Amino acid sequence: MTMIAITTHFVPRGQQGSRYPIRSCQSLTRPSMAASEDSNQSKIRTVFGSVLSFFILILIGVLAFSIRLFSVIKYESVIHEFDPYFNYRVTQFLTKNGIYDFWNWFDDRTWYPLGRVIGGTVYPGLTLTAGSIWWLLNSLNIPLSVETVCVFTAPIFSANAAWATYLLTKEVKGTGAGLTAAALLAMVPSYISRSVAGSYDNEAVAIFALIFTFYLYIKTLNTGSLFYATLNAITYFYMVCSWGGYTFIINLIPMHVLLCIVTGRYSSRLYIAYAPLVVLGTLLAALVPVVGFNAVMTSEHFASFLVSSVGTMILPSNFVVNFSLQVFIIIHVVALVYYIKGILSPKMFKVAVTLVVSVGLVVCCAVVAVLIALVASSPTKGWSGRSLSLLDPTYASKYIPIIASVSEHQPPTWPSYFMDINVLAFLVPAGIVACFLPLSDASSFVVLYIVTSVYFSGVMVRLMLVLAPAACILSGIALSEAFDVLTRSIKFQLPGLPENSQIDVSLILFMLLTIKAGDTTSSSVVTQNDAAKTNKNEDTLKERPSRKNRKKEKEHVEKTSIKSQIKKRLLVLPLEASVAAIFLLVLLGAFYVVHCVWAAAEAYSAPSIVLTSHSHDGLHVFDDFREAYAWLRHNTEVDDKVSFLHVYLSVVCLIFLNLFLHGIMVWNCSCILIVFTLLEL
Amino acid sequence: MGFRFDLFIVLIAILSVPVLSDLILSKVDRRIDLTSQVVRITSTLKVENSGNDPVSEVLLAFPEHQEKNLAYLTASFREGKGKGKGSTSSLPVEVVHPQGMPPALVFYSVSLPKGLGKGESLTLDVLVVFTHSLKPFPKEITQADFQLVVFQDSGHYLSPYEVKFQSLSVKLPDARIESYTRLENTKTVGSEIKYGPYENHPPFSYSPIVVHFEQNQPFAVAEQLVREIEISHWGNVQVTEHYKLIHAGAQSKGEFSRLDYQARPHVRGASAFRHLVAKLPPRAHSVYFRDEIGNISTSHLWGDLKKTELEIEPRYPMFGGWRTSFFIGYGLPLQDFLFESGGKRFLNITFGCPMNEVVIDNLIVKVVLPEGSRDISVSAPFAVKQWQETKLSHLDIVGRPVAVLEKTNVVPEHNQHFQVYYKFNNISLLREPLMLISGFFFLFVTCIVYMHVDMSISKSSASYVMKLLWEEIQAAIQQVHDIISRCLSIHDKLEASLRDLSRTGDVQACKAARKASDGQLKELSKELRPLLAFLQSSPQAAQILPKVEELVAKERELQEKLMLKHTTVADSYEKKSGGKEIENRIASQQQKIVALRQEVDDLLDYIDEI
Repeated sequence: MTMIAITTHFVPRGQQGSRYPIRSCQSLTRPSMAASEDSNQSKIRTVFGSVLSFFILILIGVLAFSIRLFSVIKYESVIHEFDPYFNYRVTQFLTKNGIYDFWNWFDDRTWYPLGRVIGGTVYPGLTLTAGSIWWLLNSLNIPLSVETVCVFTAPIFSANAAWATYLLTKEVKGTGAGLTAAALLAMVPSYISRSVAGSYDNEAVAIFALIFTFYLYIKTLNTGSLFYATLNAITYFYMVCSWGGYTFIINLIPMHVLLCIVTGRYSSRLYIAYAPLVVLGTLLAALVPVVGFNAVMTSEHFASFLVSSVGTMILPSNFVVNFSLQVFIIIHVVALVYYIKGILSPKMFKVAVTLVVSVGLVVCCAVVAVLIALVASSPTKGWSGRSLSLLDPTYASKYIPIIASVSEHQPPTWPSYFMDINVLAFLVPAGIVACFLPLSDASSFVVLYIVTSVYFSGVMVRLMLVLAPAACILSGIALSEAFDVLTRSIKFQLPGLPENSQIDVSLILFMLLTIKAGDTTSSSVVTQNDAAKTNKNEDTLKERPSRKNRKKEKEHVEKTSIKSQIKKRLLVLPLEASVAAIFLLVLLGAFYVVHCVWAAAEAYSAPSIVLTSHSHDGLHVFDDFREAYAWLRHNTEVDDKVSFLHVYLSVVCLIFLNLFLHGIMVWNCSCILIVFTLLEL
Repeated sequence: MGFRFDLFIVLIAILSVPVLSDLILSKVDRRIDLTSQVVRITSTLKVENSGNDPVSEVLLAFPEHQEKNLAYLTASFREGKGKGKGSTSSLPVEVVHPQGMPPALVFYSVSLPKGLGKGESLTLDVLVVFTHSLKPFPKEITQADFQLVVFQDSGHYLSPYEVKFQSLSVKLPDARIESYTRLENTKTVGSEIKYGPYENHPPFSYSPIVVHFEQNQPFAVAEQLVREIEISHWGNVQVTEHYKLIHAGAQSKGEFSRLDYQARPHVRGASAFRHLVAKLPPRAHSVYFRDEIGNISTSHLWGDLKKTELEIEPRYPMFGGWRTSFFIGYGLPLQDFLFESGGKRFLNITFGCPMNEVVIDNLIVKVVLPEGSRDISVSAPFAVKQWQETKLSHLDIVGRPVAVLEKTNVVPEHNQHFQVYYKFNNISLLREPLMLISGFFFLFVTCIVYMHVDMSISKSSASYVMKLLWEEIQAAIQQVHDIISRCLSIHDKLEASLRDLSRTGDVQACKAARKASDGQLKELSKELRPLLAFLQSSPQAAQILPKVEELVAKERELQEKLMLKHTTVADSYEKKSGGKEIENRIASQQQKIVALRQEVDDLLDYIDEI
């Protein structure tokens, strides 16, 4: 209702400063009575739709947050596992000593006798996020403990991630797909496994940052606005702060840019989307101590993807210049070419091309030769083992068994795909097809995203996490398109319904679906779509809307235009088939929901530090880890040394801070030997 | 041994001091209770005045080394000679330093309610509680050993007065007695050692006795206990108790085997204690037991109308010298503890810790009153250190006043009620909800204001004007788009009327439809005109204008063709021509119409994308 009020009372301003003699649009258009009624109705529907989608989004956020609370309810509000404890400890230090001490923190309590430079070796994004949330709450006199804040950071950020998914998918395929994708992401098991309450790890905030960066990229690509491009660089900076997975972004976006250039989709929007991101993003990334000059120096930041995607096999996989910078150069060349093409006549242009190409080839060869020589002189050719094992899955087991030995670096099995993304695995192909009808810049990005992430998840089970959002987005698109087609078919064939009562049909359908399957999310999306569609079918004359409303309308119109194109191509399905198909789709969605809830409750909520077992006489709690840690904490002296194996380290560190620790990490093989000897293993 | 030697010297010093009062203790009956880690000595003194002057105070003497462990001393007085305990009343006790007394003694003076005249007598009951008086010996034991402790005291009652007749009994736990000092008339009955009766001992007689015995009761000592009692006038008193616990018995040495302990806890871990029982007030709710790393899952809670009992088990069994820390918390109903009297409210709640076996070295009780409380005063039944602080908590602005009480050496006997008086206005209760409401209200108001206000910095800059103009152009184009699409829908209606015609043959209806559509189309084209004029007049629209004009032209063409077709068909029907014939006549028109329609649609889409 507010929206209506705004539209009707908003008197067009701008005439005051206008130099042109323009009459008010109000007076320009004096619609007939019937038309104004119509437009009012459609406005109510628009408002109804946006309010509905707003509430659906809120519900999705609540869902994303609450499905991750199983661990708190079934166990307790406690930090999980090992790395989260390390992060928690760093956060504690940050909140106690402030940011400057945090950057300069040399921790002599871990990895005795070496110690660890914490400030320079952690990704500070998560810590700073939780630290600032804590600081904000405390400055508002809400005395939550650091632990509580840390425990609930991950669920909060999964709600954010769901909203980011909505935005991203909306940019690609409209509101309906966005809502479906957000609902799917809110409960995708793969993501839940890393973001249950208490799982205070980098991935918790990084997935949100990843999706949001992609969203801003797409948004810039669609609008060509420098504002979004700058925001994009800042979000990318946040991502770099949060997780090592930022290399995925800085490789995927250049790949997409290349793809666009190669397929002749170069535009100034593409340039605006890419160039500021690379310049600002790289500068910002270099500010993070753990990344530093890696941002430009290591090969991880470019990739041999260049080779595979462009097909220029002459280029070896190793450049010391990073991939994004190469693409940066390429896009400038392309921009220049387009510019020159605009200036010169076609004939002149041809001459210029031959000239530049021949000179350019010579220069390129020389540069390439130098680079090969440079790169070949370093033994690992500028790659870290972990990344090499990504490109060559057998690399790790051959050369770095310690990396291969970590379970999360193993390739996943088929069941783990089913476990982690469930029915999405079947919906993704449909989503890819939907992305090609019609292919836009945004949808080609999504396709590229899913293709690369499928590959990476196949190499390393841990990267399933990167696949999950892509799978959700594509499944959301698939589901939404399917519902769109099916409900339209039904609507066309239900007899005796005047056009104006379509909204009622969709409402009835909505009720029906809710009763049938209880799958509110997907069915409400149907309603959403219908609401949008009824708008389109109305032949209305809109009054001059306010700026904001107009934007919304524009989006609607965009969406409807895409839909009308699809509509032209798709045949209407038989009524029975559509009803059955909708029923089956809802059933599929319901199955997904059931699976996700089960996975959240049973599979992924155990805090690892407390174990439970069910037996015939009830629940047994094994709290031995904490028993031992608590004993160490209270009953050892300041300089006692404790020998531990691998990742237990971080927990121990936290739980008794007053100890020198002798722990080992993956990177230090000699340490492992010492500890094994000590423990006589 | 050095310790005993010291005692001996003290003794000699004591014996050389003359008697200063005429009081005589005609009968002293002492019972020492050693069954727990706390030593409780109950003495019944029958005091007689043999002098002439009335006496109003009785002195109690303790050796200095004992006195520093003294936690609690109370003297009550029984009227007459009867054994009836109906009229006991506790008497004020204070430390005094009388002249001419030996330096190694500390005196407490019990003030009698009225002077004791010549020849009169009365009976005093004195309860003294000592902590840390049982010394483990040996000082270090292994997991399998039992804990042995040593207790030292005097076999004769140490008093500045002459003692006529006295006896002593030492009650030990039901276990092995390693050794004890044998004086004359010493005998053991079960787990009790009896000394005496002895007669006619001069003042300051002292004969050390030592009891060495097995004591496996928990030696749980809280080095520090912070109790925070937070009052919420919404109906809850929240108590949180932070414990720093240590097992103060014999130090554990060697390694600890969990397996042995698990298998035979009473043999391989007899000196350890596993759990403690806290007796909470009835109707305690929301009880928790945690430490810094989370919930401690080993606790049990049961309760009835009289009490709530919480059995807590620390994360690991507590052996000698081991420390742990944890906190427990519970909520209590407000009406059980908060009362009102004379315009003031007061909280009436117990002081000490709810666990009976625990000795507290340093107890801090913080009473957090609601924000806005005034005139705070504390009344405690014994001397405590007091001060006030403030605490910032949920939604506070100035902070909540906190009354802090501190006391060292606290034993279960201190578990008495104390009162905190304060004034509080009920209206202050509504402050926090109102704050929240107004906070959200202002949030929404800000949102609404933001939605309505144009935030542009410069309203006259060229780019701003251009932007506004561009928006208007967009609006105009949007309207053109709408009008065209409405035209198209009218076309659809016309087509529909033709279909109806072919079905029903009702020419009149068809003509009526035609007429209506004509009117509508005319109106629409009228609406279209000013829009087009506007677009033509604005230079910025130059780019799109050709497309828009093309669109309008195509639409008009389409319209004409359609009208033509319509007329043709209608005429044919009027002339009753055959269906085939009509088809032939309009076939070419139909093709054109379809093509035009396609073009118009494409143009519409194109304009849409702008």
